[in-house]
Amino acid sequence: MSDEETKGLLSPLRRKLLMGMAAIPAITMLPRASFAQTPATSAVNTTGLAVTDTEVTVGILHSATGTMAISETGSIEAEKLAIEQINAAGGVLGRKIKFIQEDGASDWPTFAEKAKKLLVNDKVAAIMGCWTSASRKAVLPVVEQYNGMLYYPTFYEGLEQSKNVIYTGQEATQQILAGLNWIAKEKGAKSFFFVGSDYIWPRTSNKIARKHVENVLKGKVVGEEYYPLGNTQFNSVINKIKLTKPDVIFTDVVGGSNVAFYKQLKAAGIDLSKQALLTISVTEDEIDGIGGENIAGAYACMKYFQSLDNANNKAFVPAFKKMWGEKTVIGDVTQAAYLGPWLWKLTVEKAGSFDVDKIAAASPGVEFKGAPEGYVRIHENHHLWSKTRVGRAKLDGQFELIYETADLVEPDPFPKGYQ
Amino acid sequence: MTDNRFFNRSELIGILVLAVFLVVVLPLTLDVFRLNLVAKYLTYAFVALGLVVCWGYGGILSLGQGVFFGLGGYCMAMFLKLEASSVENTKIQSTPGIPDFMDWNQITSLPLFWKPFHSLTFTIAAIILVPGIFALIIGTAMFKRRVGGTYFAIITQAVAAILTILIVGQQGYTGGINGMTDLRTLKGWDIRPDHAKVVLYFFEVGCLFVCIMIAQFVRHSKLGRILVAMREKEDRVRFSGYSVANFKIFAFCIAAVFAAIGGAMFALNVGFMSPSFVGIVPSIEMVIYTAVGGRLSILGAIYGTLLVNFAKTSLSETFPELWLFGLGGLFIAVVLAFPNGLAGIWGDYVQPRIDRLISSRKPKPEGWTDSSVADGAPAE
Repeated sequence: MSDEETKGLLSPLRRKLLMGMAAIPAITMLPRASFAQTPATSAVNTTGLAVTDTEVTVGILHSATGTMAISETGSIEAEKLAIEQINAAGGVLGRKIKFIQEDGASDWPTFAEKAKKLLVNDKVAAIMGCWTSASRKAVLPVVEQYNGMLYYPTFYEGLEQSKNVIYTGQEATQQILAGLNWIAKEKGAKSFFFVGSDYIWPRTSNKIARKHVENVLKGKVVGEEYYPLGNTQFNSVINKIKLTKPDVIFTDVVGGSNVAFYKQLKAAGIDLSKQALLTISVTEDEIDGIGGENIAGAYACMKYFQSLDNANNKAFVPAFKKMWGEKTVIGDVTQAAYLGPWLWKLTVEKAGSFDVDKIAAASPGVEFKGAPEGYVRIHENHHLWSKTRVGRAKLDGQFELIYETADLVEPDPFPKGYQ
Repeated sequence: MTDNRFFNRSELIGILVLAVFLVVVLPLTLDVFRLNLVAKYLTYAFVALGLVVCWGYGGILSLGQGVFFGLGGYCMAMFLKLEASSVENTKIQSTPGIPDFMDWNQITSLPLFWKPFHSLTFTIAAIILVPGIFALIIGTAMFKRRVGGTYFAIITQAVAAILTILIVGQQGYTGGINGMTDLRTLKGWDIRPDHAKVVLYFFEVGCLFVCIMIAQFVRHSKLGRILVAMREKEDRVRFSGYSVANFKIFAFCIAAVFAAIGGAMFALNVGFMSPSFVGIVPSIEMVIYTAVGGRLSILGAIYGTLLVNFAKTSLSETFPELWLFGLGGLFIAVVLAFPNGLAGIWGDYVQPRIDRLISSRKPKPEGWTDSSVADGAPAE
C-alpha cells in the first residue's frame, strides 16, 4: 500500500465509510432477536470495556471519608439516584448499569490510584467522580493515559479541557460574570472586596472577577484577601471590610471556613440584608453547616437551587429525598453530579457505542431536557451550556431565586482578556 | 558466615527471603497495576527504615518524617515537571516553557531556585543533601541543647505543619494544594507506560536493599550499640565520654535521607507530588507503619509498611464507607496486643517454634546462640 493510499484511509470520512461497510456483513450474521433493543456486545464495545449482554459497569469515585466527605456525599447520592432511574427506565442500550464505588478518601494520590484501578482492572465504561480541583488534576493524567471517560460535577476554575472529561459544572466565567453584571446593575455596585480561600479555584475566579470589575463594569476592587483552607479567624479581614465599606463583598471561601466567616461577619455587626454579599462558594449544603440565621440575605451565584420552580426539579427533589431521607439538601454540585450518568447514557445512545473515543466525539451537542436545572447541552469544549442564576439565602437554609440569565451561557474555559 | 559484621545468620536468611519476595514472587504474581501499587507502598518503607534507625535504635521519635519525604519528592518532582513543561508541551499558556501552575499564578519567568533543577545530577545531589542538611540544622539546634523526647516530637510536628503551609501558600512556586501533577518523562524516557513501571519497581527495590544494608551496618557497628545504649540510659553514655548529641544528629540525618529517597521514588513511581505527604497526618501514618511492623526490626518495618498499605487498599476497595474503622481497629489491636509489632509476633511465637523444629531434628550448630546478643534490642 502506498503512502498516499494510507493517507486516504485516514481521512475521517473515508474511515467512517469503511467502518460502516465493515459492519454490513456483521449485521447480516446477527441473530434477529438482538435487533430489537439490545445491540450485540461486540458491536457496541470494541475496546474491551466491562460491558456484557445485560450489564455495563461504571465507576463512582468520590471521597466517602476524610474532610471532603461532607461535600462529596451529595454527589455520590445523586449519581446513585441517576443510575437507579436510568436502570428503571431500561438502562443504556438495553444494558443495566452496575456501579463500582471507590473511595478517594480526600487524598489526591488515592484518587489517582483508584481511578487507575477502575480503568485498568475493572475496565469501567465511564467514571463519575472527583470534586476538588486537586483531585481532578491528579486523576486527569490517568484518564488520559488509559483513555477513560470522566464526568466531573464541580464548578471550577477553567483553564482546562480534555477529550476524556465532561465538565458538568460551570467553569469560572460562566459562574461569575452574569452574577457580577446583575449585582452591578441591581445595586449600582462600584466597589468590591474579594475574600477567598488560598488555592487555585478562588485565585483564578477572583482574577477573572477583578478583570471584569475593572474593565467591563468600570468599578474598583478595594481589597483582595486569601486565607489558608480550614482557616477560622476572619476578624482582620472583617475589620478591613468595615473600613473600606465596599458596595459588594465577593467571597469564595470554601468548606468549614465558611462557618467561621459568616458567624464572625454577623458578630461584627455586618447585616447582610443591608450589606450586599455575593458568594460563589455557598450552596444549600454549606448553609446546613453555617446556619440559615447567619447567612440570610446573602446572594449566591450558581446554576441550580433546590427551590427552582420547574417540572423537572419538582420530580427530582422528591425522588432524591425519597431515596436519601427527608432531611437531605441538594446543592448546585449535587445536581451537576446527577447530570453525569444521564449525559453519559444519552451520549452512548447517540454514538450507538460504549467506546470512549466514540463517546468523546459524540458528546458535543448532546442535550438533556430532563435536567433539574432545566435544559442543558454539551459544548464542543466538553463543558455545558447552562444558565447562571442568583439566589438569596433565606432563614430556612434555602435560596430564593432572584435572577436568571435569559439564555444559556456559553462555557469558555480559556477566556480571552481574562487571563 | 558468623564472622560477617553486617548480618548474623537469621538476618541473612530474612533478607534473602525478602529479596525473593520482592524480586521474584511479587512481579510474577501481580499485574502491573498492583506492582505499581507495591512500588508506591515501598516508598514508605524507606521512611519506615529510617524510623527504625532513628526511633527504634536511637529512641528519637520524629513525627515529622513527611517533611523529608516531601523535600526529596519535591526535588525529584521539580526536575520531572521542568522536563514535562517544554515549550511545545505548554504552547497553550501565556508564558510557554514554565510549569502550568506558575502560569495560572501569573508568574512569567522561571524562578531562580528552580533553574538548577534542569540538571539531573544536581537533582540527585539535592535529593540527598537538601533533607540531609535540613535535618542537620534541626538536629543540631535541638540535640545540642539537649531537647529530646516528647519536646523533639512536638517540634518535628511543627516543622511539618510549617512546611505544608509554606508549600500551600506559595502556590505560584510549588503548585499549592494541587501539588505537581502530570509528570511525564525522565531524560526523555516516558515513566508512565507499563514497562517503565516495571523497570522503576526493580530500580526502587535495588535502592531499598542498599538502604537496608546501610541500616544493617549501622546496627551492627559500634555506632549502633551506642545508639541503643543511649536510648536505654542516655546519661551513662554521656558520662562515659561520648557526645550524645552528635550520635543523635547522625541517626536523625540518616532517617531524613532515607525518607527523602523514598519521596523521590514516590514522585517517579506515582507521577506526582503534593503537600498531602508533607503534613502531620502522613508523618504520623509513617510512624504507624513502623510501629505495626516493629520498630526494632529492619525487616519488620518493611513488612509492616506493605501490610498496612495492602490493608488500606483492599479494605477501601471492599468497604468504601467503613474501611477507616477497620484500619483504626487494626492499629489499636496491634499496639495493645503486640507492642513490638509484627516482628515481635515473629520473634516471640514463630521463630522459637521453627528453632525447636530444627533443633529437634538435628544437633544445634555451634555459635548460633551468640547472635541473639547482637540483636541487642532489650525489651522496654
